[in-house]
Formats: sequence, C-alpha cells, structure tokens
Amino acid sequence: MSDSPYVSTTNACKLCTPLGAALAFRGVEGAIPFLHGSQGCATYMRRYIISHFREPMDIASSALGEKQAVFGGGPNLKKGILNVMSKYGASVVGVATTCLTETIGDDVPRLLAEFRKEFADLPLPEIVHVSTPSYSGTHMEGWHAAVAALASQLVTEKAPDHRRVNLMPGLVSPSDLRHFKEILADFGVAATVLPDISDSMDRPALLDYEKLPAGGTTLADIRAMSGALGSIECGRAVHVVESAGANLENRFGVPNVSLGIPIGIRETDAFFAALEKLTGVTTPAKYINERGRLVDAYVDGHKYVAGKRAIVYGEEDMVIAMVAFLAEIGVKPILAATGSTCKNFKAALAEVTAGLLPEPPEARLGVDFHDIAEQAADLAPDLLVGHSKGYTYAKAWDVPLLRVGFPIHDRFGGQRMRHVAYGGAQELFDRLVNTILERKQEASAVGYGYL
Amino acid sequence: MEQAIFEERRDQIHRTGEGPFELACNRDSLAGAVSQRACVFCGSRVVLYPIADALHLVHGPIGCAVYTWDIRGALSSGPELHRLSFSTDLQEKDVIFGGEKKLKAALLELIERHQPKAAFVYATCIVGIIGDDVAAVCRDVAAKTGIPVIPVQSEGFKGNKREGYAAACKAMFTLTGTGDISDISPISINILGDFNLAGEIWIIRDYFKRMGVETVANITGDGRVDDIRRAHGAALNVVQCSGATMELAKMLQEKYGTPFIRASYLGIEDMADSLYAVAEHFKDRDPGIVERTQQVVREELAVLLPQLKQYRKDLEGKRVAIYVGGAFKAFSLIKAFRHLGMKVVLVGSQTGTSEDYEELAAICDPGTVVVDDSNPLELSKYVRELDVDLFVGGVKERPIAHKLGVGFCDHNHERKEALEGFVGMLNFAREVHASATSPIWQFVPRREAMAKASKGEGI
Ligand code: SF4
Ligand code: SF4
Repeated sequence: MSDSPYVSTTNACKLCTPLGAALAFRGVEGAIPFLHGSQGCATYMRRYIISHFREPMDIASSALGEKQAVFGGGPNLKKGILNVMSKYGASVVGVATTCLTETIGDDVPRLLAEFRKEFADLPLPEIVHVSTPSYSGTHMEGWHAAVAALASQLVTEKAPDHRRVNLMPGLVSPSDLRHFKEILADFGVAATVLPDISDSMDRPALLDYEKLPAGGTTLADIRAMSGALGSIECGRAVHVVESAGANLENRFGVPNVSLGIPIGIRETDAFFAALEKLTGVTTPAKYINERGRLVDAYVDGHKYVAGKRAIVYGEEDMVIAMVAFLAEIGVKPILAATGSTCKNFKAALAEVTAGLLPEPPEARLGVDFHDIAEQAADLAPDLLVGHSKGYTYAKAWDVPLLRVGFPIHDRFGGQRMRHVAYGGAQELFDRLVNTILERKQEASAVGYGYL
Repeated sequence: MEQAIFEERRDQIHRTGEGPFELACNRDSLAGAVSQRACVFCGSRVVLYPIADALHLVHGPIGCAVYTWDIRGALSSGPELHRLSFSTDLQEKDVIFGGEKKLKAALLELIERHQPKAAFVYATCIVGIIGDDVAAVCRDVAAKTGIPVIPVQSEGFKGNKREGYAAACKAMFTLTGTGDISDISPISINILGDFNLAGEIWIIRDYFKRMGVETVANITGDGRVDDIRRAHGAALNVVQCSGATMELAKMLQEKYGTPFIRASYLGIEDMADSLYAVAEHFKDRDPGIVERTQQVVREELAVLLPQLKQYRKDLEGKRVAIYVGGAFKAFSLIKAFRHLGMKVVLVGSQTGTSEDYEELAAICDPGTVVVDDSNPLELSKYVRELDVDLFVGGVKERPIAHKLGVGFCDHNHERKEALEGFVGMLNFAREVHASATSPIWQFVPRREAMAKASKGEGI
C-alpha cells in the first residue's frame, strides 16, 4: 500500500505499465510492440522512450475510437495485427493491453485465439500477450510481466541441454547489457539475455531506416531457454506472481537464481558467485582485477563522499541497487523512495545494507515527488540519486543529481550509461566523486587546483 | 519501397501536379499503422496547459499525466503551477467503484495546497468508460472553494487532437465574460494560439506594444485566468494556427461580436503581414498605427536581413521535409524556407483539414508530397526517395531523420529555441544552418554510399 498521506499525485515517480512491456518486447528479435488501446497512449510512450534513447521506437496501436470503446476492440486488434504483419514483417508481435481495453473487458487471449484460427492460412507471427492495466502497476511491473509472458508463452518444450545461461537483466541500459554479455562470454558460456535491448535501442548509423531494428533475443534462443544451465534474474523487487525464471524452473527444472541488479561490490560478488556455481568456471582474472581496482578507487575516494546524505528515488529495482552501492562507499542513503507498491521493498533494503549501515534508509512506497520533497526539507540531503525527473528538485535544493536509470531526458547518452558489475560501479563511483568535487571547486572562493 | 504505404491510406497522400487535388483527412488513425498522432486529451492538454496560475488535474491512471508533465517549453513570467503534473492516479478499486470520490478529494487537497485561480479537470479515456460524472464533481468543488473548476471533456479515444482543441476552447469559454473590462483600451487584442514556447509570446507582445496595441489576454502562453476572464473586452482576436484556438475566437465572435483575424509569427512575410493586419484593423481608430507598425518592421528587418543572407549562401537549393502537428504552421515554414533558398519537397501534418491541405498544395512547388496523419514507414520512404537534406518535426520524427543521415530542426512544442518573430527567424535560420551544413553528414553511411556512387565507385 502507498505511504503517501495524500489522495492526489503530483509529479509521479513512476510510469505506466504498458510502457515497460513495450520496451521489453523491443528486446526480442523481429518483434514489434503492439498496444491494444487508443492511439494516444502508444504515441506518448514512443515520445517518452525516444527522448531517452534517441532511437526510433515504433509501437503499433489498435487505435480504438469511440465505437470500439463501446462495442469492443476485437476487430481493430485483428486488423492492426494484420497491418503490422504486412508492413513490418514482424516475426513476433508483443501485445500489451492498456487501461482502456482492460476496463472495457476485451478478452485478449480469446481474441488472439480467434485471430489464429481465422487467419490460419497466413504465415502468422508469434503473438505474445500480456495484461498491463496501469491502474494496478508501474512500468517496472509491465516490464517484468512482459518478460514472464515471453518465457511462459514462447518456451513450450524442453530443449536439449546446452551450455547457455539465461539472464533476465531487468531494466538496465544497453551499455549494461553489453557488459553482461561480455562477462558471460568470458565465463565461456553463451548468454540468452531476455530481453536484450542492447542493439535494438542503441543502433549504429546505418544505410537505411530499419523497420524493425536488428538485435534482440532470437526466437530460437528463447525457445531453447528450457535447456539452459540455469537462469539468473536481476532485480530484488518482487513484481509478478511467477517470474520468467521461476516459470522455467517450475516447468523445465532450469535452476533459477534470483539476485539484485549487480551494482557495487557486494551485489556484483553475488552475481559472479552465481555464475561460478551455474557454470562451474572460476571468475576470470580480468574481473578479479576490475574488482581490485574498484576497491582501490573506493579507498582513494572515500573521504570525498564520506557521510554525504543521499535521497534515492525511482524504479524499485534500481533504488535498491543504488542503495546497496551508496551504503558500501560510505554515503548515507537517508530516503529510498519509489512510486511502486511492491511488497518486499523494505525487506530488500534491509538486506542490502546489512552490515554496512546501522539501520536501513527510510523506505517509502507509492510516493510521488511531492511526498519526497516534503520530507526532503527535514532531511537536508547533499545529493539526489535517480532518473532525470528529479532535476527540478535538485535545482530547487541546490544539490547535485547523480543521474541513473530511466528516463534520462535532460542529458545526452542515457543509453550508454553503465551501472552494472565492477566496471559499472567504477564509472558510477568516478562520476559521483567528480560531481562532488566539482561542487566543492565551484563553491570555493580560492578555486583549488588540487582537491 | 512502394509497400511502405498502406492501401487504406493511399488517398491520404498526394503529389502536387499529379491529377486533381483531393486528400482524405480528419479520419481515425489506421490500426497497426504507428501513427505519429496522440489523442483528444493531448489536444486539450497542450492548449490549456500554459495557463500558469490554474491547476491542471488529469483524471485518470498515471500515464496520461506523466507523459504530459511539463511537456512544452511554455514559459511563465510569474506563477508556474502549470509545470507540475497533477493526477488522480486511478487505481483498480477506483476503476471498479468509480473515481468521483477520489477526484473530489484530490481537487480539494490540491486547491487548498496551491490556491489556484481556477482548476481544469481533464477526463481521460478510462473516465469516459467508467462513467464518472466529472461535471458534477467540478460543480460541487467550485461551490465549495469559490474558484471555477472546469471539466475538460478530453477522453482520448473520442477522436484526434482536433477534438481536444475544441474541448479546450469550450472550457476556456466558460471563463470569458466574467472579468471587469472597464479599463481596456479600444486598441486592444487577445493573442490566441501562441504558447510562449521559449518565451515567444514576449517577443510578439513587444511588437504589439511598440505599435500601441494593448494585449488583454495571452491565450494561452504565459496565460492567466483573470486575463481570460476579461478576454471578451478586447477589440480584436488575433488567432495563430488554424486548429488550436480558432473555436474560441468563433465563440467570442458569436457571443460578444469580437472580430478575429488569423496570424502567424513564423517567417518574415507572415510576421510582418500579421502586424500590418492588426494595424489595418485599428487604423480608423488610431491613424498613427500604420506608421508605427512600418517602423517596427523596418527596424527589425534592418537587423535581420543582412544576417540571413549569410546563411542563405550555404543553404541554397537544399531540400526540406516538413511534418508537424498542425497544418497552419506548415504554410509559414514553406515561406520561411523560401527566404533561405531551400525547397520544400514533403509537407504533412497530424491534424490538417481539407481546406488546409488544399491551400498547402496550392503554394507548394509541383511534385511536392502532401500527406495526412503519416507514420515512420511512409516518412522514411519519402525522405529517402526525395533525397531530403533537412527534416522539420518533433521528437518522434527526429530519429527518422537522423537514422537516414538527414539534418533536423525541432519545430514542435518541445522546442527550447524561440522561432517566432523576426528574431525567431534568425534563430530558425541559425538552427537550420547548423544542422544542414554540419560536416558529420559525410560520415553517415547513406551519404557515404551516395558520394561513392556519384564518383562511379558503386555501392
Ligand atoms: S491510459 Fe493507461 S496505458 Fe494509456 S497512457 Fe494512461 S496510464 Fe498509460
Ligand atoms: S488513455 Fe486516452 S487520454 Fe490517456 S493518453 Fe491514452 S488515449 Fe490519451
């Protein structure tokens, strides 16, 4: 339940459910995200996503009008899928519902079954559906629900065993995903990253406009997830009844390890330990060295950040991960806030800060920026950590904002920001220390050249 | 290539000079076509949102409010209530049991907290479906708080952006006629249809001031509720853009007999023409106004023209595609590009009317593609085929241009650069120049390939 004492919401600290689903579907090769609802939602989400990634983001819509809203959206859904098939040549259509179609009660699974029957003579794409009413969730829930839908609907048989690891990375940046894949490759295993937006949402300049951006998890790889060595799922917040990893474990016996997003030393250690266990390979020296350099940097920089008080906000998984990171470098997370109402938020914060902080930061669920701001006056933070929607508050309180996660709308290169593993923590740590040094330098009358 | 166009949309695309002009428009977007359009709510929201001392409460689930949070660069010289994103954030139980109670509580809470001059309540799709009586709640809260609380019937699915404009005008019209107009000059106007993006309305107001014209209400850039209450006292309505606020001008004419003229502040002729039209309207009452207006235009041009020449040198002959929200803006853009020696080869909008398109086609060069309610596949096909050098559009069009190695000018409501007025024309030229002449294009694969091909090296 929400911790906000208010009925109204001011400057929400969350996005809507189908946005997360649409972004997740973009991480499957040849897939087009399709929102079943009225046109506006799809267009707004496209704009929002484009402004972070600066990449095309085509999201089809069943574009319901007044008539369909009254009599049901079935015909538009079917027609829309046919249109998308003919023009985009998509091999996967990821259908997510919106508030509107959930409320009018369209039975999407039944409509899709009808569709498959009606057009059985056509080469039909795979159609994955997920229910994403935004009045009972956030974009993170939409993301995780879409990933779970992909695993449960596309993985239908037990594949022969192979040396692959399934990685459900959570909503991290394309740069993070590339780093993940590099790590797994260095362990000598191929990775099925689901979903994988590393290519599709961070494309090189190419000869032409791609209808469907290349990249993304291939259908064949997804189908073979049932034969993997195991799955690693990142993100400590619990969102869906049965996650993709749990689903594969329950149906096909693929061992599932559930971890936080590996940011900072402790969470990354756990990630590497899981990889060692699943693959039987010891961590390559490269990462031992990275870890060593990171510890060295922590040591060199600790005084600059010691005791700084930070407010962390945003997506629950990212907030938990950032709190873990801040706690281990000696920054005091004094408030961890999220727009979501996931149940285990407080417990997860306690876990990741155990042994590092005398007590976990105050945790607040279901809050907006107004709630956060009200409390901030008393908390007197030195620093904000979160996505770029907190900028106006950082400006008002005259404290720096360390931008992490999604969306980054007021800086360039959000998709290239790395957060995960030792290398990601290194970049974050350097950025944080430098942000603080820059402040110090600006505020100094003397203008020290050596800090 | 051809297959980029949906059969159902063939009559929404036309090439000037090829057969008699007829363009289907103002239709529902095609399912599965990835239209660039938003919804009715979007139309209402963008028009009303810049009213800076009003509370703008989006009644619905969270997304609709989040995606429109501070969406425009609409600046205010005073209060900034409009830059906050208020929502009832409907939850499942509200959807089942109705959201009226929550709406009322949210309104009372927010009005008490912010003391706004008025409140607008935007009904989104879901509110239309669950059947909340938004008007009744608004009446109730208005009676309790003593401020106007105005429902905006903007359920997203009830059409496209145009219906949203109409709903916004209807909402504002309930405010007009309620303020004291005794001290308004007979030489006075309302500025309609400008949203003060990057401070543009301040530029325009300054011109009018130098002409001796009083501005009563800015509708809605840097807008204030009390000004809108007095809007019926202005002698003339100057309406920019055909879509957004025309409806309000018509209502004011009908009820109060206020005449209106259409204006555009983009480009040189349109800017000057708009000022002259206002002067013309008042010249009987104020004989000196024509002279003063000429003076304003002369002064501005003396600064602008020599600088423009510089840019024109490099831009001559380059080819432009325009895809914008409202068609009216496209007229001015076509003319503005002529001043830069550039050639418009594609022009389209999300919400044009058949009259808009007919007029557009008439001023375009032969062979220009005119398109209604387009999508990425079509736009990218034409950008390639017509070998465009610069694209003018909004955030959603930007990656289409950039992916094809084409320069881009942001001419949507999110721009942070003032493009109106004479000084705006200079900013516009500078931006166009900066993008279209950047050396980076020679590294873009499509351009590299074209360069190779033209040297006979093959691709
Ligand atoms: S209606 Fe629902 S899905 Fe659509 S934008 Fe609003 S919150 Fe998101
Ligand atoms: S729910 Fe309706 S009003 Fe809201 S963004 Fe979607 S189409 Fe527009």
